Amino acid sequence: MNDSIFKLSFLIFAQNLGFYMAAKSIKSILVAVFSLIILLFSNVSNAQEIKQADTVAQASPKEEKLDPASIIMDHIKDAHEFHFFTVGNFHATIPLPVILYSPTKGFSVFSSSHFGPEGEEEYNGYKLDKTKIIVATDGSAVYDFSLTRNVVQMLIALTLLVVLMTGIAKKYKNGIGVHSAPKGWQNVMEPVITFVRDDVAKPNLGDQYNKYLPYLLTVFFFILINNIFGLIPGSANVTGNTAFTMVLGVISLIVILFSTNGHFWAHIFWPPGVPFLVKLILIPVEVAGVLIIKPAALIIRLFANMVAGHIIILSFISLIFIFGAMNKAAGWGFSPISILFTVFIYFIEILVAFIQAFIFTNLTAVFIGQSFAGGHDVHDDAIML
Amino acid sequence: MTLMTLLTEFGYSHMGGAIGAGLAAIGAGIGIGQIGKGAVEAIARQPEASNDIRANMILTAAFVEGVALFAVIAGLLAVLKG
Repeated sequence: MNDSIFKLSFLIFAQNLGFYMAAKSIKSILVAVFSLIILLFSNVSNAQEIKQADTVAQASPKEEKLDPASIIMDHIKDAHEFHFFTVGNFHATIPLPVILYSPTKGFSVFSSSHFGPEGEEEYNGYKLDKTKIIVATDGSAVYDFSLTRNVVQMLIALTLLVVLMTGIAKKYKNGIGVHSAPKGWQNVMEPVITFVRDDVAKPNLGDQYNKYLPYLLTVFFFILINNIFGLIPGSANVTGNTAFTMVLGVISLIVILFSTNGHFWAHIFWPPGVPFLVKLILIPVEVAGVLIIKPAALIIRLFANMVAGHIIILSFISLIFIFGAMNKAAGWGFSPISILFTVFIYFIEILVAFIQAFIFTNLTAVFIGQSFAGGHDVHDDAIML
Repeated sequence: MTLMTLLTEFGYSHMGGAIGAGLAAIGAGIGIGQIGKGAVEAIARQPEASNDIRANMILTAAFVEGVALFAVIAGLLAVLKG
């Protein structure tokens, strides 16, 4: 009796669907759709409430529920240790120094291993809250200057770059690679540096490319080496972190703003070649474009590409454990497929590492070039030349 | 269990985030496919220019992919904050 509406609607729906299929009449399909809506939106209400059986006390033991989302997020986010793997109760980690300053307690430096393997212990009046940020147990302000894993990886990348590049520069200064064939790392770096100079700097910056080449090369190599390091299992996700990309974006914005000239701002505040009313609409759009949208696009593009790649790789590996939680054999059986996909994605990620470094550098060069491009004369042509 | 009761207990934000990310993937696929088509046809017309064409193709593909990934980030935010 209660589901007579269900049955009726379903019968009408089925009959009219049949009519539509047979005779292609538009009325039948309309009736079919209408009855489908009624079918889905009808509700069964009882006149009397059904008494729920009392649930017995929670007797199930505490289960280790697999939470892949938090596993993935822990790998993506910054942390106070390098975590490689966990076997049972053994955690293979490298704890990093925690450097804190609190106005009430002064400076504190200690190893992050004092926070315990799950980060739940207190030490010296400091503890990690839910989002793994250090807070003082009495609620006072804490300034965190710790060497987290992002910082350590950036410092390693920095040292590597400085050592490599100064070594190569010294070789060139001694004439190796100038009067003779390049040797060693010169062979690796020379094509890359000439690529950035000839295909990124010179076409966009014209004669002034020498002024900006140090910055463009620095940004390119720093992003590239942090991208590549981030692909090593156990390393930190530096470029997939908005803090890192935002600093680079802001620095690029400062370089762009410092190379603008009057001609550029004249075009921003009085766009040529459009009717007057469109000019009024276009002025805030152009200003926001230069100051906010273009740097934000640089920041988010690099961040999103790198973090998406890391999440995909981590998800494929987590799939093994998700299948394994359902059925041990399924977990083992699925591992070869998962690892195959992961290796495939790794190749794409190596390509993306190079491409994203190139794109960031190229777009910065394009924007710098746009800021001091002067001297294209007549704007009143029928077509924009 | 009807659609009505399902809708009232479902997590809208999770569904919206996932569908949004999927749509972004479709957009990226179509966009980058068009770029590839144009590039390959251009190389077929003039094989000597293939280096320049390849550089432009990769640059433009990175733009399109960037936009798709903005949408993925929005979907991710919908799932994580919802």
